[in-house]
This record gives sequence, structure tokens and C-alpha cells, in this order.
Amino acid sequence: MPRPGFVLDVDRSTPPLLFWHGEGFRLEKLPPERTRVIYPPEPLDPMKDPQAAIRRALLNPLGDSKPLPELLFPDMKLTIAFDDVSLPLPPMRRPDVRQRVIEAVLDMAAEAGVDDVHLIAALALHRRMTEAELRHAVGDRVYDAFAPSGRLYNLDAEDTDAMAYLGTTESGEEVEINRRAAESDLLVYVNINLVAMDGGWKSTATGLASYRSLRHHHNVHTLQQSRSLMDHHRSELHSSNWRMGKVITDAGVKIFQIETTLNTDTFPSPFEFLMKREWEWTARDRALFIGSSKSLARTPSRITRQIFQSIKAPHQMTSVQAGEVGPVHEETIRNVHRQQLVEVDGQTDILAMGLPYICPYNVNSIMNPILVMCLGLGYFFNLYRNKPLVREGGVLIMSHPTPWEFHPVHHPSYIDFFEQVLSETTDPLRIEAEFEKGFAEDEWYRHLYRTSYAYHGVHPFYMWYWGAHALQHVGRVIIVGGEPRSVRRLGFMPASTMNDALEMASDVVGRTPTITHLHVPPLLLADVK
Amino acid sequence: MKALVFERKVARYAAAAVAGRVRPGKGAAVGPLALRDVDEPELPSTTGWVRVRPRLAGICGSDLATIDGHSSRYFGPIVSFPFTPGHEVVGDLDDGIRVVLIPILTCAVRGVDPMCAWCLAGQPNRCERIAFGHLEPGLQTGFCETTGGGWSIAFVAHESQLVAVPDELSDEDAVIVEPTACAVHAARSLLPGDIAIIGAGTLGLLTIAALRHLGADHTIVATAKHPQQQRLARDLGADRVVAAGELPRAIRSLTGAMVIGDQLTGGVSSVVDCVGSADSIGQALSVVAPGGEVVLVGMPGPSTALDLTGLWHRETSLRGSYAYTRDDFMRAIDVVRDQQLGRLVSATYPLARYRDAIEHAANAGGRGAVKIAFDLRNEKERNR
Repeated sequence: MPRPGFVLDVDRSTPPLLFWHGEGFRLEKLPPERTRVIYPPEPLDPMKDPQAAIRRALLNPLGDSKPLPELLFPDMKLTIAFDDVSLPLPPMRRPDVRQRVIEAVLDMAAEAGVDDVHLIAALALHRRMTEAELRHAVGDRVYDAFAPSGRLYNLDAEDTDAMAYLGTTESGEEVEINRRAAESDLLVYVNINLVAMDGGWKSTATGLASYRSLRHHHNVHTLQQSRSLMDHHRSELHSSNWRMGKVITDAGVKIFQIETTLNTDTFPSPFEFLMKREWEWTARDRALFIGSSKSLARTPSRITRQIFQSIKAPHQMTSVQAGEVGPVHEETIRNVHRQQLVEVDGQTDILAMGLPYICPYNVNSIMNPILVMCLGLGYFFNLYRNKPLVREGGVLIMSHPTPWEFHPVHHPSYIDFFEQVLSETTDPLRIEAEFEKGFAEDEWYRHLYRTSYAYHGVHPFYMWYWGAHALQHVGRVIIVGGEPRSVRRLGFMPASTMNDALEMASDVVGRTPTITHLHVPPLLLADVK
Repeated sequence: MKALVFERKVARYAAAAVAGRVRPGKGAAVGPLALRDVDEPELPSTTGWVRVRPRLAGICGSDLATIDGHSSRYFGPIVSFPFTPGHEVVGDLDDGIRVVLIPILTCAVRGVDPMCAWCLAGQPNRCERIAFGHLEPGLQTGFCETTGGGWSIAFVAHESQLVAVPDELSDEDAVIVEPTACAVHAARSLLPGDIAIIGAGTLGLLTIAALRHLGADHTIVATAKHPQQQRLARDLGADRVVAAGELPRAIRSLTGAMVIGDQLTGGVSSVVDCVGSADSIGQALSVVAPGGEVVLVGMPGPSTALDLTGLWHRETSLRGSYAYTRDDFMRAIDVVRDQQLGRLVSATYPLARYRDAIEHAANAGGRGAVKIAFDLRNEKERNR
């Protein structure tokens, strides 16, 4: 029986606490009596027979949907869209849950005599997936059956002919999604829900959408009004996607949504100590920690990056539900909460977190400084319900080396954003007003997005907006062990050690602040009372 | 009188070249420049010559190249040894009038008759007679044995070389007029369109100031290495200030150009290179638009290897911008007044500390400085 999440009050006997630090770790002693650590729940037991569970879900849909076989018929146009390389994190061991689901859907389609099937990686403005990444997600059998004939491909949201305008929401938000998906007799969406923000109408209204559509919710106002992104009752991003979902439905797009949840079995051997609470480390865990830390410290950063990026998570499926978008997503959220929710009593003066080597946008890539900001302020800060873990005006301390380093193929517009935009201002509203349009409409970025493996020109703006709520909320951001030049460019303060960081924080929160260490990943969702 | 004198001493010049490569400005310690007690230059026998007693005399990039042994052999026939450097000068005439110097030694100054076509056309910066007439060779005061130069207690100048300093201008303002005139001349010659300025030393900053004063309404992107340079470049009117390595991306982003290999498909209309190194000229050529123009305002070095394939393919022009016309010079006074450019004079030294002064000037950017000058106002000989 997996244990639930846990909040530890640090005392003098508490061993040093593990902080992720990019492609490495730090052990930190935090002040006793006023520090607490939030540990994630242990991984839930997986579904024993995932293949059968998937088939069961397809045959017993939620909401008003008919079972999938009843929606399939010869000569129909079927489109299967699936989440892209940004999910799950780290990428999971084969077979990927998308492969399992897609194979089950294709089996039923074949039984129904459906020939016209397209598979689309729903990547919105993310970079295109490589062949290897597509093969990993959908499996070799599906890839070989569909990709050579051009029926398995990445979304191109800049191909205006391939996008269909479906209408406008009551709030004036334009909805434009992939034409093939919109004009199919059935759109099957295959989702992986790693955090509560994923899935639901966001799958289609975001994953298959163009900039024209995305700009209505991927903006500073929406992100500042999403408190948090992970709380669908209080997320303006969620509300906007749901309004768009109504437009999609009203336009006659028929969707069969399949959502899956994974457990938090995140790190394989020899990194399994990362899943444990420090005082429960065995001698072997300690030896593994010391050994891996020391060898990583001696290894060139290019190699350590390769080592970490090659990690395949032992994630396993904890639920699968299919049918109508709304009811499916409700069930999905319930399962995400079952795995991740941890009750936490009240806010703290300082929220401390170690940032790992990976976020949704640097799979097989480099965690550049903008992604450091996004992971810390956009994702980890938002891992709450009710109210943020840190009080308004408090301090956020993150641990990450934050090198001034970018992947030139994946993140070309990020480099320009970092050099040209952040050197002018870090104010999200000013950035949005003065710079977004130029980057979004830059032909060079469009070209790279469409033909290479580059994130869209506007993507770094979205990363910055993702942290807009946190920027508004906290009084100071400090990065421990970060390269000073890049940390300052982000508008944050660099600190050499955790003690230095706490000293620097004292200007804002006094000499005896309360401290909370968000011990992720594995991920959790703090339910702050 | 005391004067800094640059003599023709080949061994010392070679030593300066070595020292200057070890640390910029170190050529002053080992090279042919020395503080000497010399006779005041004699007034030439032709009419119109006066004696000027410098108040401030600036140290220019071309002076530093000479002292550090980097200057081109091109200058060999158009300078005369020994000479006293110093061509950025504000000084006093014997009757107390404060003047700034137009240092170009043109046909009118040299008594060449008839004058060359360029001087007749009002473009004396292109004078073809800079080694002729009754003066020893020398493209400017400060490189001519006959006239002396500003790094001394006194030198001689022709009245056509002198412009009275308006009362409202300080000496610091006045000493910056001459380099500002160079900037005005370059700024007036640029093609319409966005502009990149490489380098934010004195000339780079003054070019930005001149462009804004002249009403340039296009985007100006400047490269600047040091924080003080970055601040001043913005303050004087650059829209975007980037590190040198960031320039190609900044220009690509500004112009919406595409990229083929490492080469932009587009670029800005004009690039003003205020550095003059092989790297800076190469970078200038890489960010200029097809049909655009690279203008060398900074004096280029003698060994500049360039790949000119792109210049050929993109029909780019590469040209120099040397000195100025009298009209440019008069306009420079307005620029200096309006933009309060005397603030760019960061430090002054007496002649006796010339080694410190040269070293400071050669490392100005890194030391948060822009223009370094000699201050002759308190020299005892001058006030006797």
C-alpha cells in the first residue's frame, strides 16, 4: 500500500535534504523548527492489465458518448491526435501509454473497416518530434504503418491551408484548429495527464491550435488569473479552453477523448534514491547518492546531459477513461489528485525547491535559463490548490546551475528573447505589448518551426507568461548555484549557497522566516489550507 | 617648451609593437614617444599663421595605434618626423581667443596654388596635396614636423584651421568637437534605413549622438562591450545595445531576415564600423543588407584579411569615412552643445604623466572611460 504525501517538520535530527540541481544534486541543511518539507505520495499501484483496461474504457465511455466501435464505420475519416514529446516527464519506458491506446483504437478501426486514418502529434507551437521520438510515442508498428505514407505527422500550426477557423467564443476568443481534425467524422484524442493542468479541452483547443487561437489564453492576463494552473476551478486558462471547447462542439467536431494517468514512479535504478525520503535512505542509497554525485561532478556537462536525458521513467498507468471530454476529464483529475494531492497547512515565508534537468520543453535538449524560470515559477510554483505555498511578498529560492546555454536548433527564438527582450525588461506585460507580435510573426522562426525542430518564435514568451503569476506574487527570486550573469538577466538574484540565499531573503522576510521545501520531483499537488 | 615627441626610431617602434600587443598602451613606455624640451615651432613665413597654446588635447585611436606600433606603412610618406601628436585640440591664441583646431593640412594651409579639385569643391578631407606645399608632409596637425601638435605647450596653425569656441562650451565640450565632426561626416553619408554601429568607444558613441542630432528616425543597433559604454550608447540614442557576439541575431531579428548557414539573407542598410579590426569589418559585412554599405569610421589596421565573397555576391559597398568638411565641423559644435558631449571626457592628465594617460586611453572602455585628454591648462611654462 503506497504511503500518502507527507509534510515533515525539520528538527535538529533531520538529515540534510536533497535538492535537485539541474543535472546534479545538492544536500542542504535547512533551519530546524521553522522548516517543513513536503514529500510526494509514493507511486500508486498500476493497473494490472493496462491493455484490458484500455479496451474496457473504449467500450464503456463516460458521458453521452457511444462506445468507440459504434462511432467507427467504413469510408469514414478518422483522425487520432496525441500528446507530443513534452509528456510524460521523463519520457516513459516502452511501451509508451500512447502506443497502447493508439494500437487499441486502430484495432477497433480496422475491425470496423476504417481506412482513412491520420495520426497527428498535437504539438501546437512546440517543436516537431523526430522520427525516434514519434516511434517511441506510438511504437514502431504504428509508425511504420502510417508515417511512410504521410498519415502520421507533426501538426503544422503555421500551415494556413491546414488550419480551420471554427468560430469565436462568447469572450471573443478565436478558435482555429487543424483542419483534418476538425473535418474528420471522428477525432480521437489520446492524452497523458501528468499534472492537473493537462487534458480536457486543452488537448484539442491548445494542442491542435494555431497562434491565432492560442494567443487568447497564452497571455499575461490569463496566466495571472490562473490561480493556480493546476486548479481547474480557479484557472482562467482552463476556462478559456473550455469556452473554446464549446465552439469546437458547436462547429460539429465530434471528439472521443481518451485520457490516461500515470503513477509517480519517476526514476529508475541507479537513481531510485531520488524517490525516497532522506532519513529512510539505506546504506546503498547513500552510496549511490555519493557515487553518482561525485562522478557527475567530474563528468563534462555534455555527457551528464546525455546521461540524464537517456533516463526512461518506469511510469505506469493508474487509470484510463474515454468518451465525452468533460466527464472524462473529471475522472482524470480525480485520479491525478489520488496520486499527487498532499494536504499542507498554511503558507510559508520562503518556498525552496530544487529544479531538475528536465521540463516539458527540453526533452532531448538543453534546460536554458528561460526554461529554468518557467519550471520554477510556472510549473512548480503552481503546484497548489487554494493558495500558493508561499505567502504574497515571500521569497522563492530555487536551486539550478542556470547556465547561459541554449539549444540552437530547438530554441533559436529563446536566444533572441534572452539577449534582446530580457535585456530590456522582465515585465511580462511590457514584454507582451512590445515584443510578442514581432517574434510571433517572424518569418525565420516560422520557417524553423515548420521545417526544422524549433519551438515557435512566440514560445519563449509563453514560458515567461507561465511565470507571470509567481512574478506578481513573490517579493524576490533567488537561484542558488546559478550562473550569476544569466540569473541577473532573468531579473533574479544569484546566491552561491543556500545559506547565502537565506541571508539575502532576510531583507524581505526577516531573520526567522518559515521555510517550505517542495521536494519534487516526483510531482505532487499541494492542497494548501 | 615641453612637448611629447614621436621620433623615427625603428627599434623602439618595434619594441612598442610588442609591448602594445602585450597590453594596449604599453607602447608609450618603450616606444619612440618621449617627453622632450624642444623649441617652439616657428611660424611659417606665409600669411595667416598663429601660435596656439593648447588647453586640452585629446588622445585618439589613431594616436594610440601609432604609439603602440600598429599603424599602417601607408602613413609613412604622409607624416614627417619628429612630430608632436595631438590633433583634437582646444587652445588659446596669443590674443586670448579660445579656438578649436581643424587639423587637416589642406591646400589652403600648405599654400598650394592652384588648390586641388577636392579642396576647391569644399571637401578638404580628400585633399590630394597633403605632402606638398611649404609644410613638411603630414595629413594632419599632430603628424607634421612643421606645425607641432596638441600634446605640447604650443604649436602653430593656419587661421583657416581655427574655429572660435562659443562661450557656452566648456573646454571639455570643445575638445570633443573634432572627433564629433568625424561622426557627423559619417552620419550624414549613410543610406536611409536601419543602422548598425559596431563599437561604442568615442567614435561609436559620437556617431550615435550625431545620427540622433541629425534626426535619424531609423532603428540604431549598437554593439558595446562594457557597462558604461552600454549605458552611454542607450543614453545617446541607440535603440538597442548588444554585445558584439549578439549583433547578427539582433540584426536578423530586427530586419526579419532569414539565415542560410551562418549568413543572414538580409540586414541593415548601413553598418558603421568604429573598431576597424578584421573581425569587426567581417561582422559588418555579415549584417549589412544586399546593396547596403559598410562604412569604416574607425581607422582599420594594417593587416586586415577579409572574405569578400559576400560583398561581391550581395553588391555590398565597403568604404571609408575620413575626417569632415568645414560644414560638418560647424555642425559638430551644435551636436556637442545639444548632447552635452563634454561629459565623454572621462579623465585628464598632465604631459608628465603621458604613459599613464596613454595606458588609460588604450584601456578606456574596460576602465569605464571614454575620452582621455592631456590638460595643459596648469602647465607652468604655459602660465609664465
